[in-house]
Amino acid sequence: MRKKLFALALCAVMVFGLMACGSSDSTSTSSDEPYKIGMVTDTGGVNDGSFNQSSWEGLSQLGEDYEGLIEVNYLESATDSDYSANIETFLDEDYDLIIGVGYMLADAIGEAADANPDVLFAIIDDSTNADKENVACLMFEQSQASYLVGYVAGLMTESNVVGFVLGMSTTTMNEFGYGYVAGVLDANPDATVLQANANSFGDSATGKSLANAQITNGADVIFHAAGGTGLGVIEACKEANIYAIGVDSDQSSYAPDNVITSAMKRVDTASYEIGLDAYEGNFTAGVHTYDLSSEGVDIAPTTDLLPDDVLTAVEELKEQIIAGDIVVPKTQEDFEAAYGDVYELD
Amino acid sequence: MNKEKKSLIQSIADGNVLYTIIAIVVGFIVGAVLLAIIGISPIAAYGKLFTGALSKPKYIAWSVVYATPLILTGLSVAFSFKTGVFNIGAEGQFVVGTLAASVVGVCVTLPPVLHAVCCALAAMAAGGLWGAVVGLLKVKKGINEVLSYIMFNWIAYYLSNYMVNLPFLENEGNVEATKNILSSASIVCPEWITSLTGCSYTNWGILVAIVVAVIIWVIINKTTLGYQLRSVGFNKNAAEYGGINSNAAFLKAMAISGALSGLGGMVQLCGMSYRISQFAGQEGYGFQGITVALIGSSNPIGCIFAGLFYGIMKYGGTKLTLINAPSEVIDIIMGVIVLFIAVSHVFKVLLTNRKGGKKK
Repeated sequence: MRKKLFALALCAVMVFGLMACGSSDSTSTSSDEPYKIGMVTDTGGVNDGSFNQSSWEGLSQLGEDYEGLIEVNYLESATDSDYSANIETFLDEDYDLIIGVGYMLADAIGEAADANPDVLFAIIDDSTNADKENVACLMFEQSQASYLVGYVAGLMTESNVVGFVLGMSTTTMNEFGYGYVAGVLDANPDATVLQANANSFGDSATGKSLANAQITNGADVIFHAAGGTGLGVIEACKEANIYAIGVDSDQSSYAPDNVITSAMKRVDTASYEIGLDAYEGNFTAGVHTYDLSSEGVDIAPTTDLLPDDVLTAVEELKEQIIAGDIVVPKTQEDFEAAYGDVYELD
Repeated sequence: MNKEKKSLIQSIADGNVLYTIIAIVVGFIVGAVLLAIIGISPIAAYGKLFTGALSKPKYIAWSVVYATPLILTGLSVAFSFKTGVFNIGAEGQFVVGTLAASVVGVCVTLPPVLHAVCCALAAMAAGGLWGAVVGLLKVKKGINEVLSYIMFNWIAYYLSNYMVNLPFLENEGNVEATKNILSSASIVCPEWITSLTGCSYTNWGILVAIVVAVIIWVIINKTTLGYQLRSVGFNKNAAEYGGINSNAAFLKAMAISGALSGLGGMVQLCGMSYRISQFAGQEGYGFQGITVALIGSSNPIGCIFAGLFYGIMKYGGTKLTLINAPSEVIDIIMGVIVLFIAVSHVFKVLLTNRKGGKKK
């Protein structure tokens, strides 16, 4: 009996082996190679509802628009140590442009860029590789979008208490906080901003409990800049039936009756553009800044819950920011010079 | 139970291998069905999986790099199994191992080799301590080790996230991670080897893992300690009746098991990642170690092959998205394999019954 089973199992293994061999012959036979663009996610994965997803949406749109000419693909990183392996996989498959999503990939992209001067790279939210000739650094003025939603929060609050949940206290992430608090205080000098740092981008339970604490303390509008953690924040707001403000993409769909607006970071536009530039041979290295004027950051298109006077105020603000009449603080120094030390998370 | 008399080869070729192969085949079949349901050719997906992991020396080197920490956590779990303890805390021990190695790797200046050895010792001490505390709770207070292991995983997880942000360890750049370890603590092979394999992270870890596996095999099968541990694993009461201090055996087993996971953490840190990033979720090296131990039938030598298998699946699996197949299918396959190994007892009973109730 045992022998029979063993033989059966061996047969099965062989069949699988054959299947594997068969397929390897059938791949890689296309005649003219399309331009290949690869994207490496950070540990959030491609369905993070945040910038990995947004970036992939932009790229897959590019792949659709230029079907047959541009091939796009992504690799997911499960842990911090997967970045280099994933970048190497793309290099091995002769990708022309490799995009790293997020500043966690800075070192890995930098090393690969040095070792492969013929390949183009792009990285989102990081400027430490700006001096390399084959790396484009896609930076966003997130403080501007945060300022706008902060202004909205300041106008919409009735209790004069608003909340803010941050995913991680880093230079990049704190720009959200400076912009938001500045916006709130400019719209409503009497308002208090409750602030909490979840110290995680993937922990929606923590996000929910932090938001609940702020709701208990009277907050009636809460903004999150916390990726997946923020989904818990939105859920808490939905349950308490107060206003929530989303981040990165238009998050209105998560709670249509509660999410009044979102601080949009058009990572999709940025990925699309850098991909197209590279394909057309117009790739430029160095820092690319996406701000309000280039529509790289903005508030969400869904504005059903906002009264007209708030919307007009926001439109005016936008023009003033673009014209340079309002300078949104994005560093600790600038912020504290204008508003005092009211931002607690830095 | 005549296991003690079996030679190394025989013990690998134990009947378990048959059921493991069946489980693996079933795992792949289930994976294939799921792939077919979502409209992806299983042939193409499995083709990519194996060509992506094995078709070039470079890919094989990467698979080995991916396998190394899993072999060690697998050994850790397998070792505890022998004493009848289910080390579901390998994850936490792995994390404190990386933490200890990282502190030593960043803050201490030592010549190469010696530095790496110190990192390894620190990691083993930390992992061992992490396991021993759970052992103490079990022995002194009778607290079920599975519960405290799981809780200790989370303590390690948040301890790591806390330590990562401490000024002496924190990366100066704009990333949520520790500083990179000093190059003297790295166990990556010299450049002529990495350029030979083509994998820039080819490291000595695999040799460490193999040597440790042999040592563990010897400890389990050829020493008094191993005999004591196994007796406690077979039957605690009988062992005590025979004069073995079962509490001491539990403590030793859990500490050694923890040290092995800690060493796995050091190998991963000094051989590949160089830094610990702020976790968004548990990274799973310890839990994957449980799978490795199960596939390897808790045999130390079996763990090497099981670890390599998992490494191939893990590395090849990352490439599945290149052909639009979800890389999660790997987790499903591994899950099904574990399930079928776990219920292999049922198959054994079914098979022997069909043979007319003849017992093995």
